[in-house]
Amino acid sequence: MIGRNEAVPGSWLIRGARPLGGEPTDLLLRDGLIAEMGEGLRADGASEIDADGLIALPGLVDLHTHLREPGREDAETVHTGTAAAALGGFTAVHSMANTDPVADTAGVVEQIWRLGVRAGYCDVRPIGAVTAGLQGSRLAELGAMADSAARVRVFSDDGRCVSDAVLMRRALEYVKAFDGVIAQHAQEPRLTDGAQVNEGEVSGRLGLAGWPAVAEEAVIARDCLLAAHVDSALHVCHVSTAGSVEIIRWAKSKGWRVTAEVTPHHLLLTDELASGYDPVYKVNPPLRTAADVEALRAGLADGTIDCVATDHAPHPLEDKETEWQVAAFGMTGLETALRVVHAAMVETGLLDWAGVADRMSVRPAVIGRLDGIDGAPLHGRALAAGAPANLMLYDPEARGTVDPAQHASRSRNSPFAGMELPGRVQATFLRGEPTVLDGKLAR
Amino acid sequence: MIRHLISAGDLSRDDALLILDTAEELDQVSDRSIRKLPTLRGRTVVNLFYEDSTRTRISFEAAAKRLSADVINFSAKGSSVAKGESLKDTALTLEAMGADAVVIRHGASGAPHRLAGWVRGSVVNAGDGTHEHPTQALLDAFTMRRRLGRLEGLRVTIVGDVLHSRVARSNVLLLRTLGAEVTLVAPPTLLPVAVSGWPCEVSYDFDAELPKADVVMMLRVQAERMNAAYFPTVREYSRRYGLDTRRMALLPEHAIVMHPGPMIRGVEIAADVADSPRSTIVEQVANGVSIRMAVLYLLLGSEGTR
Repeated sequence: MIGRNEAVPGSWLIRGARPLGGEPTDLLLRDGLIAEMGEGLRADGASEIDADGLIALPGLVDLHTHLREPGREDAETVHTGTAAAALGGFTAVHSMANTDPVADTAGVVEQIWRLGVRAGYCDVRPIGAVTAGLQGSRLAELGAMADSAARVRVFSDDGRCVSDAVLMRRALEYVKAFDGVIAQHAQEPRLTDGAQVNEGEVSGRLGLAGWPAVAEEAVIARDCLLAAHVDSALHVCHVSTAGSVEIIRWAKSKGWRVTAEVTPHHLLLTDELASGYDPVYKVNPPLRTAADVEALRAGLADGTIDCVATDHAPHPLEDKETEWQVAAFGMTGLETALRVVHAAMVETGLLDWAGVADRMSVRPAVIGRLDGIDGAPLHGRALAAGAPANLMLYDPEARGTVDPAQHASRSRNSPFAGMELPGRVQATFLRGEPTVLDGKLAR
Repeated sequence: MIRHLISAGDLSRDDALLILDTAEELDQVSDRSIRKLPTLRGRTVVNLFYEDSTRTRISFEAAAKRLSADVINFSAKGSSVAKGESLKDTALTLEAMGADAVVIRHGASGAPHRLAGWVRGSVVNAGDGTHEHPTQALLDAFTMRRRLGRLEGLRVTIVGDVLHSRVARSNVLLLRTLGAEVTLVAPPTLLPVAVSGWPCEVSYDFDAELPKADVVMMLRVQAERMNAAYFPTVREYSRRYGLDTRRMALLPEHAIVMHPGPMIRGVEIAADVADSPRSTIVEQVANGVSIRMAVLYLLLGSEGTR
């Protein structure tokens, strides 16, 4: 379907794509920008793509990705993780700080940023640790990371909660100096000591230590109040309970600067899957009940939850082929995210494709400060002439069974393995250059 | 019959009764001068114990030996497990050795489920974490039926640390299947938060339950729980939830007192209650061998594979 003309490199004409699922149109990509949009555009030597029936969306932006490098290159590298991201339709990912060494200094975040530039599959925006070594005792050098070449704006101890109220308050206050945001993994540690699965009917039946909803909700409530008190920006990672949605809705009604994300797996899966004790379903926060799934979907639909973030957490096989309680927490998600959102939100009528673009590109780009200012890349823009050519093409009519063996991620711990999901990512463009064509890596 | 015995909830009423009836027949062997049957000759039973539990291991070992099976005891201590070998690799090793059945005791809930995915032989759960202990529930039901003549309609009160008890989970499931009515008595801290969904009644008032009970089953309470604020002191626990002679006097004439062992005299049960004629504690141990013989016989003896 691709007619490549070598005469004009870096120039692509996408024929008949439907921006945000609307009326078909042509898009001409040139010099990293969407040069023209409209019907019947002339190729002028550009390579042509027949996009009949495909939906065009702005390139997806992930606020929560574990790329594992440096330290756990057996699970993922920046190269394999960003390749997986491109195949999922992403043009920018935010890499979490819990690497080894921890991304808590300018040196480490710059290293990760450079690895992302070298891989070239998507923009890698490192997230800096809030506390030195993720130890929860003193602040990391947040300003140095902000001023580094990586231009860090999002800070998180993800995997661990900044549970100390004073430290959380100081972090929220401190990052105001450089328009930063604290992304909190909300988990009261004393209430979740040894916790394995959502506390409820399933945990009682399986004899696994419970992870109660209140342990998430209590921290979110406290953090919303702290953010209001110091007038700073809080982002709540991977919201997983109905109660959390209520608290965030309330905080937003006050006009406080609170944003939130939900993972694809929390939009589709429930704690019943733990019944066979297969740790592929072990994740933190845990899979919750069907009532929580319903509330999360409603919260995402009405905008209480700003965005979808994958929490892509690759683990090698040996860390999952174990007893449940010693297995690692986490699931891969980059390569299935849009398809899961398609199933959970679009097929259910809760979001249209414009809504999907808003929750998976526009809003996460705003939260991640991908605003093109002072050297930051520009993502999450509407598809229009003059905008950066960060976009993806998606076939909504395709269906297929998820096979982790086919994934570009180095790890195979997908909870969607064997599930039939709608859709297929056909192509991804980063500043006008294809990273994915025909559903395969283009470079 | 099912291929593995992992949860008491996997047993149909017919399966459970078949095990109890088979145990009655096999129990006769214990009274003979030669207490051995040739049934499982040439079959290999592995006792894979990741937790110290001498009484359960010996019970399974005696059961397998009385059926003439070859028994391999594989203890986590002093084996490759201590060097960090994974459960999967251990499972593959046992598989290569030709284990027909693996009896597993493990500190992690669900370990027998995982094992069953990696071996071809039958898996028998001898206690997994805070999940289940199905042969204990079977021997408890066997003991009740022997003493009281029936299970249907029997009122069984289970008292103690239900939250962390694999015995309680298996008993609730099995006794429900067999038509008994179970009431759990515990401080609210030691009950699962969603216990209202279990097929049983729940009470915080031990004294009120005693006059109605046909069976009182006491669970072990570990003193460490006190440190995690499950209850204030051992003394207060004993006063509210311990079975002493005053409480025993509130029971109907025919009622029996059970304990899965090992018991802590003076905490959940007074010494003179444990040693009273109502107590079935020693019988439970003897019945355990017969039940485990029946389980191994029915899982292994009826099919000719391997």
